[in-house]
Amino acid sequence: MPEIRNYTLNFGPQHPAAHGVLRLVLEMSGEVIERADPHIGLLHRGTEKLAETKPFNQSIGYMDRLDYVSMMCNEHGYVRAIEKLLGIEAPERAQYIRTLFDEITRILNHLMWLGAHALDVGAMSVFLYCFREREDLMDCYEAVSGARLHATYYRPGGVYRDLPGQMPRFADDKTKWHSSAEFRRRNQAREGSLLDFIQDFTERFPALVDEYETLLTDNRIWKQRTVGIGVVDGERAQAIGFTGPMLRGSGVEWDLRKKQPYAAYDKVDFDIPVGVNGDCYDRYLVRVEEMRQSNRIIRQCLDWLRANPGPVMLGDHKVTPPNRVGMKDDMEALIHHFKLFTEGYCPPAGEVYAAVEAPKGEFGCYIIADGANKPYRLKVRAPGFAHLSALDEMSRGHMLADVVAIIGTMDIVFGEVDR
Amino acid sequence: MLQRARDYLNSLLLLEVLKGLRLTGGYLFKRKFTIQYPEEKAPISPRFRGLHALRRYPNGEERCIACKLCEAVCPALAITIEAEPREDGSRRTTRYDIDLFKCIYCGFCEESCPVDSIVETDIYEYHFENRGDNIMTKDKLLAIGDRYEERIAAARAADAPYR
Repeated sequence: MPEIRNYTLNFGPQHPAAHGVLRLVLEMSGEVIERADPHIGLLHRGTEKLAETKPFNQSIGYMDRLDYVSMMCNEHGYVRAIEKLLGIEAPERAQYIRTLFDEITRILNHLMWLGAHALDVGAMSVFLYCFREREDLMDCYEAVSGARLHATYYRPGGVYRDLPGQMPRFADDKTKWHSSAEFRRRNQAREGSLLDFIQDFTERFPALVDEYETLLTDNRIWKQRTVGIGVVDGERAQAIGFTGPMLRGSGVEWDLRKKQPYAAYDKVDFDIPVGVNGDCYDRYLVRVEEMRQSNRIIRQCLDWLRANPGPVMLGDHKVTPPNRVGMKDDMEALIHHFKLFTEGYCPPAGEVYAAVEAPKGEFGCYIIADGANKPYRLKVRAPGFAHLSALDEMSRGHMLADVVAIIGTMDIVFGEVDR
Repeated sequence: MLQRARDYLNSLLLLEVLKGLRLTGGYLFKRKFTIQYPEEKAPISPRFRGLHALRRYPNGEERCIACKLCEAVCPALAITIEAEPREDGSRRTTRYDIDLFKCIYCGFCEESCPVDSIVETDIYEYHFENRGDNIMTKDKLLAIGDRYEERIAAARAADAPYR
C-alpha cells in the first residue's frame, strides 16, 4: 500500500476566516499542521514610499489606513515622530484629547477583535453586540473629526479641532417604524456635549463587557477552542518580537504606556493585565481586561478635559496653521497659511523613532529627515507583522481549525502587515 | 471533594451555556437598536466629510479664486485646476476637476481653502452610472453647492468656533 504523503492546503486569500487577504500555505498530515507558511503582500499599497513624496502633514491620512481598525493610534505614532523631529510638544489639553481617543480606539479595536474572533470560533451573537457598541464610539469619531473611520484628526502640534460642544442628534420625526418618543429616548444621551455622550457610554460599558464575558469566558466550547492553543512562553514571545496583548498574554508585563509614557498616560491611573499561560484564552482575558482599563482611563480624561479648557494646537504658525478668522484678517497669518499648505515645514535633518502602544502592540514610526519638507525615508513598525511571522511555530502540531483561532488571537489586520 | 461535585454538576447541567442563552434570549424582548436606513437616518455631525461642493457668494459670484492651495495640499492628487483671467479681469478657474476615485476624503482641501469655496458636504449617498462620472467637474460641483447651500452654510456656522 503506498504511503500517504503530506498534502498542501491553500488557505485564503478569499477565506472568510483569513481576516482580509491572508494567504496561508499549510502543509498538513491528515488534519494536523506540519508547517504554516503565510504569504503576505496582497494589500501592499506602498505607504512608506508614498510618504517620501509628500510634505509631512499630507501622510497623516494614510496612517489611518494602515491598521484600519485602530486609526487614531497610528496617527499618534506618526505625529509623535514628527513632533520629536521638530522638538515640539503638543499643549496639555491636546495630550489629554489624544489619550482619550487612543483609548476609544483601543476599545474600538478590541471590540472588533472580540467579535471577529468569536465569530471565527463559532459564537455569532457576540459579534452583533460588539458592533452595537462600536457604533457609539464611531459616532464619537465622527463628531470630532467628521469621519467615522479615517479620522485625520491628530496633527503635529496638537489636534485639528477642539471637542464639539454638541453631539449630533437623531431627527425626532415619527416614522413608520419608530415613534418620535423613541427618537427622543435615543437622543437623551446626545443632549449634551461629546464629553457627556462619552461619559454616558463609560457608564454603560462595563456592564456590556460583563455580557460578553457571560457569553464566552466560562463557555465550554469557547474554552475547548482556546485553552492551550497557540502557547508561547514569555521568553520566546520576547525573542520573536511580540508586543501588546500578545506579549502580555504570555505573562510579560510590558506596556509602552507605562514603560515609556507619552501623551497624558503618566497622569492617569490604570493597571496592565497580564496572562499566565500564553495561550489564546489568556490573550482573550487580557484584551477583555484592557477594555475595562481603557474605560477607566477615558473617565479620568473626561474629568480633566471638563475642568481644563484651553488651546488644542500650538500657536507656532511655522508648524501649525492659524485659525480661520485670523487667516482672513491678518496678512501674516495668511502668508503662514499659504506657506504651510503648499510647502509645509522643514524639520532639521536627523533620525527619530517614536512608538505608541497601539491596541495590537507597539506601533512605531522611524523617520529619516534630510532637512527637506518631506521625509527622506519612513519606516513603519507594525505589530501585526511580527505576530504573523510567528504563525508557523504557534500553529505547528495543531489541528486545521485551530489555525483559525490562532489567526484570530493575533488580531491580524492586513493594512498594517502589508503597508 | 465538594468543589469537584459542584463542578461536575455545573458541567452536567450546562449552566454556563444556559446563562448565555438567557442573555441572548433576553435581547429578544428588548428594544431594538437598529434603525430602518433609507427612511430613518443616523445622526450626522456638522464636521462630516462627504461629497464635495463649490460654493458661491450670496451675490452669485463663485468664491473660488484659483489659488490652487487645494490642488497643492491634496495628498491623493485628486484635484486638477486650470485658471485664466476672466473678461472682467478677475482670476477664475476654467477647469476644476475632482476625481472621486482618488479622493481619500481627508478634508485638507476644505481646511486649506482661504475663501471657503471648496467644501466637503454631509452628503454621503451618491453613485455613478457611467464611466467617467467619478470626475466631478466645476459645473457639477457648483450645482451641488447651489442646491445644498443652506445645509452647507449651517454646518460651517455650527463648527465655526472650533476652526
